[in-house]
Order: sequence, then C-alpha cells, then structure tokens
Amino acid sequence: MRPNLYFRRVAVIGAGLTLFRRRLLETPPELAWEAARKALDEAGLELKDIDCVVIGSAPDAFDGVHMKGEYLAHGSGGVRKMVTRVFVGGATGVMVPITAWYHVASGLCDKVLAVAEEKMSSARPHPQGVFRYIWDPITEKPLNPNLIWIFAMEMHRYMHVYNIKKEDIALVSVKNKRNALDNPYAQAAANITVDDVLKSEVLVWPVQLLDISPVSDGAAAMVIVSEDVARRFTDTPVWIEGVGWTLDNTEWTGRELAYPRYLEHAALMAYRMAGIERPDKEIDVIEPYDPFDYKELHHIEGLKIAKRGEAPKLLKEGVFDKDGDIPSSPSGGLLGVGNPIAAAGLMKTISIYWQLKGTAGKMQVKKPVHTGLAQAWGDLMQASTVIVMRN
Amino acid sequence: MSQTPSGTYLKEEDLKKVNTVTYKPRAEYAYSAGQAQSKFLLGLKEKKIIGRKCNKCGRVYVPPKMYCDECFRPTDEWVEVKDEGVIVTVVASFISWTRERVEKPEIVGVIRLFPSNEKDWVYPGLFHRICADFESVKNMSLFGKKVKAVWRENRVGSIDDIECFKVIE
Repeated sequence: MRPNLYFRRVAVIGAGLTLFRRRLLETPPELAWEAARKALDEAGLELKDIDCVVIGSAPDAFDGVHMKGEYLAHGSGGVRKMVTRVFVGGATGVMVPITAWYHVASGLCDKVLAVAEEKMSSARPHPQGVFRYIWDPITEKPLNPNLIWIFAMEMHRYMHVYNIKKEDIALVSVKNKRNALDNPYAQAAANITVDDVLKSEVLVWPVQLLDISPVSDGAAAMVIVSEDVARRFTDTPVWIEGVGWTLDNTEWTGRELAYPRYLEHAALMAYRMAGIERPDKEIDVIEPYDPFDYKELHHIEGLKIAKRGEAPKLLKEGVFDKDGDIPSSPSGGLLGVGNPIAAAGLMKTISIYWQLKGTAGKMQVKKPVHTGLAQAWGDLMQASTVIVMRN
Repeated sequence: MSQTPSGTYLKEEDLKKVNTVTYKPRAEYAYSAGQAQSKFLLGLKEKKIIGRKCNKCGRVYVPPKMYCDECFRPTDEWVEVKDEGVIVTVVASFISWTRERVEKPEIVGVIRLFPSNEKDWVYPGLFHRICADFESVKNMSLFGKKVKAVWRENRVGSIDDIECFKVIE
C-alpha cells in the first residue's frame, strides 16, 4: 500500500555513458560532456531545454582539482544554469539521480541533467594514496591505515558472524565479471573461476585482487524530467518511484560491521515511498553496489532481499544470475564494468533504467521486468543511497 | 541503448609516458584534539584508557566525545576502561598506504574494551594493531580472543603509545 506522500511524478527519459577504462585520454570535463551529450540525444532534448544541472563526483583529490563541481560545470552543461554538486562519498552515484528527483518532485525544475564523473587515473603513484586524508587525524591516521584495511575488517567480521566462506563470496566476482562480457562499456569483463579469485594476489587478508573492482576513468549522465515532459518526449518513460538515503556513524566502535543498518534505513524509506512491502517478491532486477564481492551480498541483505547471512546461499542457488529469479548486477557491476566512483553508481542506475525500458541489448535479463532497484554505498563505509524505478 | 561507447583509452605501457608536474605541497596541519581527545591522549601517556559516559543512555565512548551522538546532549563523566578487551575483527595487510607490497603483513583490527557487553552496538574500543601471526588471522581463530595492550616505554601522548594488543588467553 502506498502512503499518502505528495510529490510530482518524475521520470527518466535518457541516459549516456562513456567507456570505463583504467585511463582515458579525455579530461574530466570532456568525459562529462561525452556522457551528457549522449543522455540528451537519447532523451531527444537540447541543452537549452534543461533547467537545472546536478553534478556528482567523489573526493576532489582523485582528479587532482579542488572545486570539482565548478571544474566539471561547463562539460556538464551547467553554464548559466542552476547547478548543484552533491557528495556522499562512494554513495554519490545514486545520490545524483536522487537529487535530480527532488529537484523535479518538488516542482522546482521540469528538466534536469544529472551528470557523474570520476578520473581516478590522475593520482600518482596510485589513487590509493589519496585516501590518506580520510581518517580521523588523532586516533587513526598515526597508524598509517590504507583503504583496503577497512573493507577487509568488514568482510572478515561478516564472514565470522554468519560463518561464510571465501569461496562463496568469490562467486560474486565470477558472476559479475561474466555478466560484463555482454556490456560494451566494461573494463574488467572476464570468464574467471572461483579458483582464480582465491589464487589472486592477497592485498589485505581476506581481500584479494579479484575480490575488488579496478581503478577506472569514466562518466555517466541521465535526463530526469516531470510527468508532462516525459509524456511529450517518450512512450516508454521509466518512473522514479522511491528514493532513500542514510548515513551512519563513521567510528569503528559505533556500529556492527556485519550488518549494514544504514542501508536498511535507506531501503525502507524507498520501499515505503514506492509502496513495496515484500522486497524479495516485488523487485524484479537489482544493481546493488559491488566495489568488493562481499559487498553485493552484504547489500542484498541490507536491502531485505535476503535474510541476514543468507545471501551467499541464494547466490549459490542461482537466484541472482542473469536468468535467475532476481538478477543482480546484470550490467557486470563495478567488479566487471569498472569503478569510476560517482560514475559507477550512476552507471548502476542507468543499467536499471535500460533494463526497465527494454533497451539493455545483450545485457537484458531473461525475465520480464517491472520494478528495479539501484543502490550505492560509501563514505567510511556507512552511507547508502537507494533508488527504486518502475516502467 | 543504441549508442556507440566512446572514450579514447590508453594501453598499459602508455600509462607510464606522462609529463609529471612536480612540486612539494606544504600540507602541514595542526589538528585540534579537542577537550575529550586531549584528555584521552594524556591518559595514554599514563597507560590509562579514558572515555566519556552518557548517564542518560549509559553509553561509554572510547575514544571519548564531549557529546552523546544518540541522545544529542553533553556526556556526563570521565571513566577509565580496562586496557583489555576482545577482538571484534582482524585483518592482515600486505600493502602499504601507497599500494607498495610489504613482505611482513601488518595485523590490525578493532578491539572492544572491558567493561562492555557483546550485545552493545556502540562500545568503548579502539582500531589498532594486533600482535599476532598471519596464520591465526587466516584461520579466524583470533575472533573473540581476549587481548591486552602492550604499552611502549617512551610514551608521548599519542595513539601510537600502544604498540599493539596481544592475545592473553
């Protein structure tokens, strides 16, 4: 049952992506332009039709330019327009369409161009070093942490609490890289086995090289409009029916690592708005955020599509395969397509949009789909954003 | 999706052919530790782990805070917790912060300090090094093990005054 929430209806009518690669020659604004132009072309709009622009990008330090909102503005079509840049760490990618949604739902704008870009390849010697300044300067930084520690700590806790094996988690990487073979934008598509994952370089035990998404450059864009505009420009709009986002405490001692409580809150907000009571029965296709293989399982549980600790079992049974009951990451996800942070989250939203529109090409899932969900996650692993769409 | 993917990508060897603009930024910061963390750091110098307690909800914050983030009111009193606790999670890092390979892994994790309860969602505890070998991380035997802080001889009032936490049972 839908609660009494009064918003204008909001639809997606166009989307565009650049290739995701380890390094692209184009500058960040050029990447933003490529994606934005494609999204406008798919929507059948010109820049003069757009009222507002929403830009999303993760830490400035990657591109090596502070003030990234302004830096990306001209490439994103933001000149002489209302421009907002949003940032919630890795969760930014889905926060971009959410922000575009409330620009339209509130009645403020009719046609929004939402753009996300990331160029991780600029940072030398390795983008990993950029994360040195995300820690608490007093209690954490003196210990010289690296980024993968913190994910490894969460993965190991998850494995311990629910008694999950690394072999079962590796299946996510196998599935997503295989799905990516059908995605023309993908950077890390491959046919690999569980053994390949278990034999890859150990970075921070229990995390190995093939458990992680690669470093990438890329951009993504979407055109998000009000109902009357959507009806004029397309016969097959995809509606944004629910959104939700939550932050949790960044302190290690302030949350249970085995279960993403913040995601449950975000998901329940989106489900309430979309009138979803049984997420495991009512959602047809999902794109949960998968920068690490365990994260896809963790997120499926936080989304209440599987019970706590049971996502690995359903994965093994094939529920999340492309021809399964609830296909998960049919695009190939971050593990297969690549992880230009903000652009990756928007790519996941675009994947669901294309699935619901029926234009996903070789990526199209077998079953007919009506309701889809995309989700992103980030900050110090305690922020989540969720979007539910229907055709 | 009737578009052709665009973007010009470089090969692995091209990645090395770059002109680098080199300069050394003077990125020096004098961070404030605030009231609570200052007291905490001074406590470490005396081999004490000091926290703040909220008397409304009973939560003990280590590292300490002057406010309770759930009740959103000032915390009420200083409490000393034990330098003993249990391992909540533990990992073994084979890479440095610049993604260089290191041969001897660094073992780090989260420790829940006593007195506290296993069911506490928020507990007094620290993110720190753990003196253990890779094998005990890999076979997951360290989870739930009781540990005690190993203090350095020369303490300066830093989180680094604790060398690591060592398994005691």
